[in-house]
Amino acid sequence: MAETQTNQLSATGDSALLPPPRSPRSEFWALLRKNRLALSGLIVFGLFFLVALIGLILTTGVDPVVDPSTVRLQEKLRSPLSKANISSLRPEEIPFMGVYLLGTDDLGRDVFARMLQGAWVSLTVGFVAVGISVFIGIILGGIAGYYGKLHIRLDNLLFFGLLAAVPLATLSGNIPAAVLAFILALPLIGWLRRQSDQATVPSPRNQFAYLLRTRVFSVDTLIMRMVDIMLCFPTFFLILTVVALLPASLYNIMIVIGLTSWMGTTRFVRAEFLSLREQDFVAAARVLGLSDARIIFRHMMPNAIAPVLVSATLGIASAILTEAGLSFLGFGVPPPHATWGNILSDGKAFIFDAPWLTFAPGIVILIVVLAFNLFGEGLRDIFNPKLRERN
Amino acid sequence: MLSFIGRSLVQKLITLFFVAVVSFLIIHLAPGEPSEIDPLNPKFTPEIMERMRQELNLDKPYHIQFYLFYRDLFTGKTVSWKDQRPVMAKIWERFLNSLPLFIIGTLLTWTFSFPLGIGSAINRGSPLDKSTTFFAYMLISIPGFFFAYILIILFVNWLHVPVIGMETFGFSNAPPLFQIMDRTWHTVLPSILGATAGIAVLSRYVRSQMLEIINQDYVRTARAKGLPTETVYYRHALRNALLPFVTMFGLILPGLIGGSVIIESIFAWPGMGRMAYEAILARDYPVILTVNFISAVLVLVGTFISDILYMVVDPRIKL
Repeated sequence: MAETQTNQLSATGDSALLPPPRSPRSEFWALLRKNRLALSGLIVFGLFFLVALIGLILTTGVDPVVDPSTVRLQEKLRSPLSKANISSLRPEEIPFMGVYLLGTDDLGRDVFARMLQGAWVSLTVGFVAVGISVFIGIILGGIAGYYGKLHIRLDNLLFFGLLAAVPLATLSGNIPAAVLAFILALPLIGWLRRQSDQATVPSPRNQFAYLLRTRVFSVDTLIMRMVDIMLCFPTFFLILTVVALLPASLYNIMIVIGLTSWMGTTRFVRAEFLSLREQDFVAAARVLGLSDARIIFRHMMPNAIAPVLVSATLGIASAILTEAGLSFLGFGVPPPHATWGNILSDGKAFIFDAPWLTFAPGIVILIVVLAFNLFGEGLRDIFNPKLRERN
Repeated sequence: MLSFIGRSLVQKLITLFFVAVVSFLIIHLAPGEPSEIDPLNPKFTPEIMERMRQELNLDKPYHIQFYLFYRDLFTGKTVSWKDQRPVMAKIWERFLNSLPLFIIGTLLTWTFSFPLGIGSAINRGSPLDKSTTFFAYMLISIPGFFFAYILIILFVNWLHVPVIGMETFGFSNAPPLFQIMDRTWHTVLPSILGATAGIAVLSRYVRSQMLEIINQDYVRTARAKGLPTETVYYRHALRNALLPFVTMFGLILPGLIGGSVIIESIFAWPGMGRMAYEAILARDYPVILTVNFISAVLVLVGTFISDILYMVVDPRIKL
């Protein structure tokens, strides 16, 4: 690749000069600039971030500049860009600049103000949910990839079984059993440790302790089976169930979406770590005596981050869609607060009389999600050296 | 082969057990109980609540509830808490309603995405490729409920056909031909909507798969020895590109029980998704858990079938 670049440059006239060495970052920008769809995705994303931030500032406070919750029953279902009927409104009810930019809904609330308020919801849901899932994914994937060969022994399993029995027994109302398990667990771990650490070779005397050293399964098996279990759940149905059972709040939605979408990241990180672990620079780092944490986070993670970034970007898009779907079904953020999903849901009774109530949020969701998808796919192409050479 | 089947069966049973435990815990640890669903109803005195809890086994410890529930599930005695009907009969009835949508949606997905994906891979960078890519991204990004309303507006305004529900109310006495047309029009929109995301995703996948194969050495060899383009693409490349999709037949299976909650509630379609949604609202634990359990079984069976299919089609793979 470097050769072809030199050739191109010399052909355009800079004859003897070699191209200046390019940092990975500038190479990334050069590639991104060539990929117009991805670039436009990034620009839309930047705009969306700005709008959400401005929206948050304008719509909160005691006396917001644009008020998303003022009800004006005499001004209901006004079409977009129509002027407010100033004579019939009290001064504090007059919309921003006296115009309903996106019309009003069936309670006379300004749709533009509500859309601004909803932007922040979509943005935070997207980022926090994906943040949670990437965090879990990196931790579990990293452990499975780096420490995967370690084995969980029978004594570890016994200890965790006892520990898990404590909350379970408490929940099913069996307090004495919970206390018993708790009392047993603490001294037992020390005793088990001592016994099984000494019993490195089998002998007739320490048969039981040697049995405790039986390897049950590897760390990798444990984590990958957890992934398999999570993949068995129908995701949207699971999210819907949990959100419906818990009290309505935005944080619950973020957490639930995050907790149900970490499996992809875990698999990517594990796969990257499995191949990185065997490479020379990691061996060198280990020989230098660096700590495991430093090797993992400073040396391996930067090399494994590309697929994570791609799946995180695509994950934001799907988290925004999921949140919109949930608030469309009436779950999530409690009513007076506007989200794009519940604006659309409120407007569905008026699709023929007031289509802007459907189209304004629908098109905005479409644009934002499209931007994230395009940017994510663009990142995938940029990070993929195979595709790069072909272009 | 046999040892693989045995091992994976054991593994899948263990997974299934944990899925059952986790879903049971999620449902039961969430705050609130079905006996408290209607606190304002004056008929719900503390005594009646207590009797209800006893009848629903809610007063027992969790492990006993777990055992009782799954014993009932396997002996087919589970009843819905909402209307006391057997859960299996209820699910079967709704499943039959969702089945046409699923079949038509799957057929649409598979018939459209292959020509689109293959065509845009072969003509990479052509207007066809660019426009399919653009539309695929649009369809992936559009919220299903928004797209549903656009289609409803278009269909109702231009074609003047009924779209909501499974059939027009009061049409049960109409002549059979009318009834069939009525049912068809009602089925069109939900099944198209069920297929759109699938078409978009699958056609992109076919395209990338085909692109990868086209750049392989053996395709270049085939072209170099002067084979006609058709033969190169459809005999040499396509056969290898199709491999991963054979395995996807297994992965369709979970879709059988899914049914889209959102699409079915927009179109008032009495299918699986809507039943699950109503069960969640009514805290009808047996229905929620059964749906969850069946769909987990289908996922596991689906991956099992796709592993087996992979071995059968691709001799290079030994598990």
